Amino acid sequence: MKQFSWLLLVTALVTLPACVTINIYFPAASAEKAADKIIDEVWQIKPSEHKPAEAAEPQPETSQ
Amino acid sequence: MKKLLLTLFALLLALTAPLVMAAADIDINTPAIATLTNSMQARYGKLSPYYASGAVGLTRDGLVALRDANAVSLKDRQAANALVTAENNDRNALYKEIANANGHPEWEAEIRSTFAQRWVQKAQGGWWYQDAGGGWAKK
Repeated sequence: MKQFSWLLLVTALVTLPACVTINIYFPAASAEKAADKIIDEVWQIKPSEHKPAEAAEPQPETSQ
Repeated sequence: MKKLLLTLFALLLALTAPLVMAAADIDINTPAIATLTNSMQARYGKLSPYYASGAVGLTRDGLVALRDANAVSLKDRQAANALVTAENNDRNALYKEIANANGHPEWEAEIRSTFAQRWVQKAQGGWWYQDAGGGWAKK
């Protein structure tokens, strides 16, 4: 039992600073998504405009 | 054996906790951000000819600049300058507002550099942008 409480203490000591540190971490991927959303709105970019290659892709089902 | 299992469990907990915390998202749903976005969208109609002619370029710090004043006729130059200034005011306010809205004012610089890259990425062909060294390049 004494060992268990020691373990809990050590876990808490390791985990808590990790949470604090990671929380300050900049969420780069999420920021990129947010930026894209705002830029699309400002420049009025439609989803089809920046991926024109998708529409030109051949359709295997229709060719047979 | 039990001690080993407990140690492993504790280690697992210590390792996964930061992963859970790292899943924080950037929130852009505030009235101030919507206002700035709308203001920039309305200005885009007036700015886009200048982007296309190369008179105005995208800077590496997420702003715009009058890079070639000669591409603007003398009578339009003052209006172009005013557009650039107004756009930069909105952009600076936007980066600051996103950082503040997410409770991390210190993220402003990273948000700015994220935007700087994405503006260039989404720019149309023929527009001008500043590369990492500060020189102007045509997309």
